[in-house]
Amino acid sequence: MKTIKVLGSGCKNCETTANLIKIAAEQAGVEINLEKVTDMAEIMSYGIMSTPGVVVDEKVVHAGGLPGPDQIREWIK
Amino acid sequence: MFEWSASWLVYQLMGLVPATHLAAALQFFIMDLSKIFFMLVLIIYIMGLLRALLSPEKVRQYVRNRPDWQARIMAVTLGAITPFCSCSSVPLFIGFVEAGIPLGVTFSFLIASPMINEVAVVILVGILGWKLAVLYVLAGLTVAWFGGIIMQWFKPEHWVEDYVWKIQMGQTNLPEPDTSLKDRHQYALSEVKEILRRIWKWVVIGIGVGAVFHGYVPESWVSEHLSSGNWLDVPMAVLLGIPLYSNATGIIPVAEAMLNKGVAVGTTLSLMMSVAALSLPEMLILRKVIKWQALAIFVVVLGIAFILVGWGFNLL
Repeated sequence: MKTIKVLGSGCKNCETTANLIKIAAEQAGVEINLEKVTDMAEIMSYGIMSTPGVVVDEKVVHAGGLPGPDQIREWIK
Repeated sequence: MFEWSASWLVYQLMGLVPATHLAAALQFFIMDLSKIFFMLVLIIYIMGLLRALLSPEKVRQYVRNRPDWQARIMAVTLGAITPFCSCSSVPLFIGFVEAGIPLGVTFSFLIASPMINEVAVVILVGILGWKLAVLYVLAGLTVAWFGGIIMQWFKPEHWVEDYVWKIQMGQTNLPEPDTSLKDRHQYALSEVKEILRRIWKWVVIGIGVGAVFHGYVPESWVSEHLSSGNWLDVPMAVLLGIPLYSNATGIIPVAEAMLNKGVAVGTTLSLMMSVAALSLPEMLILRKVIKWQALAIFVVVLGIAFILVGWGFNLL
């Protein structure tokens, strides 16, 4: 099972990103472990400054702005 | 084109008499609303297509490990061409500190970033003409440059919250963006949606305030109170701008209405800068990384800088 982390300290886009991933996973029937990381030190330990960031299995795949639907499908595959 | 269709809509279709307050305000509102949003969509789309929007991670890479003056030139320039939303100020600040970029340079960046961005500049040219746009940009860059240097004099390092120094930033290689035309188009569209969603309120409110000013405030009142050459006008404009907050684009229609009624250029510029760069929400966000003493100095330094800019232009 994939672990997907959404990095962001509570901005609106971070919430939306987490929701989009959750919905996409449900639609695809894939079980994922979705975590929200809000601690600034932990967010920056991934080397990103623009949120929301997305980390799939400890690899940064996205930083800044809402991800597109194609990108999200790619992550949960 | 925009002026003509707004006049047609208000005077012909709605049958309002041009001389009334309501008609004047409404005509201004419709004209600016259509013109500004048309330009916004166009510019953001083109910038998105060129993928010209720099990420803060890249800015940090460019600025680190450079001598002070070079770092400051880059910080001010990059601050001016990157439209970061104030919500990313905290990670930006921490990232810069962690990269060993001097605080004075970071402050230069934080001053330039909200005041000047390419979207606001294009709209400034479109609404107020290129002369005023150049004045605004030059004044903004100057304030950012010296504001950062002056902040450094106060040795703000000991006012940075302790946890900021402890954060270790990891290394990461962000995935390279897809550069096919289809992907660029999609990226540009999402940028348009994203940025408009963030700023449309400020722009509509700004146009509304501009329209009311244009329609209802009599010129005689303006010449008596705002362009009488009273030296207190400028400090008043700066003070008024601190509690008021708007995006740099949103303040443009207000400035347009003020200039049309004969408010002095310096007074208008200082209000624009104060509204865009000094705001309560921005201060509350920055408070997470620096103590209030440093914030107070930041506000005072910027306030004085905007007053000097205003006086300077009013003297010209």
